[in-house]
Amino acid sequence: MFKKEFTPGSKSKVKSSAQRAIRTKILETYPRLEPHVDELLPKKEQLDLLKIPDRVSLYCLGTTPLFWQHMDDAIMPHLQVVHKYPWAFPRIRIDRGAIRFVLSGATLMVPGLTSPGGRLPGDPEAGEEYGNGGKDLEVGDVVVVEAEGKENACMVGVLKMGTKEMKEKKKGVGIENGHFVGDGLWKLDLS
Amino acid sequence: MADTATQAPTDVRPPKHVVYCGVCTLPPEYCEYGGTTKKCSDWLAATHPSLHRQLYSADAAAASLSTLSVDAQKRAEKDAQKKAAKAEANEVREAEKRASSKIIIKRVERNKRKYVTEIAGLEAFGLDLKKVAKEFGKKFATGSSVTKTASGGEEITVQGDVSDEVVDWLGEHHEEIPEDNIEQVEDKKKKSAPTV
Repeated sequence: MFKKEFTPGSKSKVKSSAQRAIRTKILETYPRLEPHVDELLPKKEQLDLLKIPDRVSLYCLGTTPLFWQHMDDAIMPHLQVVHKYPWAFPRIRIDRGAIRFVLSGATLMVPGLTSPGGRLPGDPEAGEEYGNGGKDLEVGDVVVVEAEGKENACMVGVLKMGTKEMKEKKKGVGIENGHFVGDGLWKLDLS
Repeated sequence: MADTATQAPTDVRPPKHVVYCGVCTLPPEYCEYGGTTKKCSDWLAATHPSLHRQLYSADAAAASLSTLSVDAQKRAEKDAQKKAAKAEANEVREAEKRASSKIIIKRVERNKRKYVTEIAGLEAFGLDLKKVAKEFGKKFATGSSVTKTASGGEEITVQGDVSDEVVDWLGEHHEEIPEDNIEQVEDKKKKSAPTV
């Protein structure tokens, strides 16, 4: 979604009622973020709302981007947040060959997740990190994409296909229009 | 309640501190996909030598290549080379543009001895015209806007004769612009000699 670079639009303060609503929404979508939500979104400080092209709103705290939202879709973390608290989000892993494509903004296709380097929840080798407690992720879930051999996540996006279906079909679109490392949103200068 | 207790201990970790590359702003492990690999590697070696050894050592490179098939390896290398070449060509082009492009500051007469200052050529130096225009308006307490020129470029129009002050401002705020690249011109209406 942010393949091209862009300049920020208008910046405005978020009303505390709206801020509380955002807080609860975030806790709802990412329950494992609960112990850290006070650090991320301190109650005392006011969030800034930045409007960016394509009807996207970015919530940030001063110069640190926090969460973004396209229209009224799910609220998603900026990758800087994901890098700080990777265990708080459901994760999947792509194999090495897919990294280049993801980093240039391509749609993430299922073979990147089902081939030997990839990890999906429910896989025998998924382990604690990618296991998600053994539960499969559904369509519309926000998921963080990590890469084989890399420590930090490379992408965050909404699943277009449930992980169970992915394992059965092994073909098709996995995640579209996400936020990836090095994209326009990542390079956005908030000073 | 029982399972939240078992989950909680693992979750209350302090935030992970991530180093981002000074050259490409990505985490250093992704620098190879950015097109500026050599510069990134030099930067990392200078600022975080331990990380550099970790990521760029011989075994790390071997491990990453081994999981790809031979064709994929070759393709990956070709792509990396192409990207690096493109990035370099882009940089050279930008540097040339900067050296050759001039900023033209024109003083145009409006009516009844009132002037308007037009500044063209700032985009070549990577300045955000809207921001700069706003700053001018604030600084000189006058109206300022971004307009399009006949040739298709954009320029900043500031009400009043502020051409000299603009030169000073540019020298103060944007020292990277050499003075020879700034040209001051007076649009011929009444005055005849242009000032440089």
